[in-house]
Amino acid sequence: MAGRAQIPTKSSALIAMIADEDTVTGFLMAGVGNVDLRRKTNYLIVDSKTTVKTIEDAFKDFTFKEDVAIVLISQYVANMIRFLVDSYNKPVPAILEIPSKDHPYDPVHDSVLSRVRYLFSAESVASGRR
Amino acid sequence: MSGQGQRLTVVPTVTMLGVMKARLVGATRGHALLKKKSDALTVQFRQILKKIVSTKESMGEIMRASSFALTEAKYAAGDNIKHIVLESVRSASLRVRSRQENVAGVKLPKFEHFTDSAAADSKSPSDLTGLARGGQQVQACRIAHIKAIEVLVELASLQTSFLTLDEAIKTTNRRVNALENVIKPRLENTINYIKGELDELEREDFFRLKKIQGYKKREIERQMVAAKQYAEEKLAGEVSLQKGISMNAAHNLLVAGAEKDEDIIF
Repeated sequence: MAGRAQIPTKSSALIAMIADEDTVTGFLMAGVGNVDLRRKTNYLIVDSKTTVKTIEDAFKDFTFKEDVAIVLISQYVANMIRFLVDSYNKPVPAILEIPSKDHPYDPVHDSVLSRVRYLFSAESVASGRR
Repeated sequence: MSGQGQRLTVVPTVTMLGVMKARLVGATRGHALLKKKSDALTVQFRQILKKIVSTKESMGEIMRASSFALTEAKYAAGDNIKHIVLESVRSASLRVRSRQENVAGVKLPKFEHFTDSAAADSKSPSDLTGLARGGQQVQACRIAHIKAIEVLVELASLQTSFLTLDEAIKTTNRRVNALENVIKPRLENTINYIKGELDELEREDFFRLKKIQGYKKREIERQMVAAKQYAEEKLAGEVSLQKGISMNAAHNLLVAGAEKDEDIIF
């Protein structure tokens, strides 16, 4: 298929994160964090002082990196750069919107889930939920 | 119907008809195969959709549990734990392995998380987090987050499969529709055109043959008439020969005598 991007098969890849401090801390405890030789981290802590530009740059950086397989992004952060997240359509790395502690998860905003909902009839979604 | 009246520009010959028929058969078979592929992908797609919805639901719970575990750890080990954690990041011990899975010719990525033991050994400072107090809560928090990563990795691979499959189904459906609505009618039109042209040629040939047959018949009749006339004349000549004088000879004698013999004075 000409238009489709190749899916790289690698033995090890990283999980990148763009989230608030608590979420990042938790996942760093699990051992996700990585610092490369140039002291670049695979996560970005978003607080009240972080600008949208920084988030955008980090998002672009993570999605273009070769060794990143999954990008976890807090939903409220994703909402800040919604246009970037929505226009992103590569299979790898996968963008995953996660709920954060201070912001309740809203499935309506999730770019993938909204597509799922659009394709799935409302009734079968309800049956899947029980 | 779209594609009506459209046809390929070909020379209407029997060979071309054969070629077109072969192509139509090929297109029909391809269409059937692609349709099957599309159905298979759609089945897979629906399964993935269902899984995504249920995993997204469970993700909420898992994330809540891990957040709670983190709060517990913070309470037990003091709020400065996050600074220790943030400072002690070296290299990732929890990594993701990606491999491909083949579904009806579509390569779907599958992620698996695994623990890099070499990196895990080197990151001992983090293991000392909460050594003073709250070590149990820190461990619980770590385990909760590893569980969350498990779910998230699964969700990520589902989501990636979802996007890839969506794309693949779109492509396949486009091909199915193109074959069904453009290629096949065009080939059928071409075949009809060639058949029509061939019939036309046949009729022309038939007409020509008829014409030639008629001409030949007339010619034969003419010859028959000529032959009959000749036979009659011959018969008359023979009869007169039997009588002694050829009619022609008698006639000729007079004419010849009149022209050639100059001694005869009449």
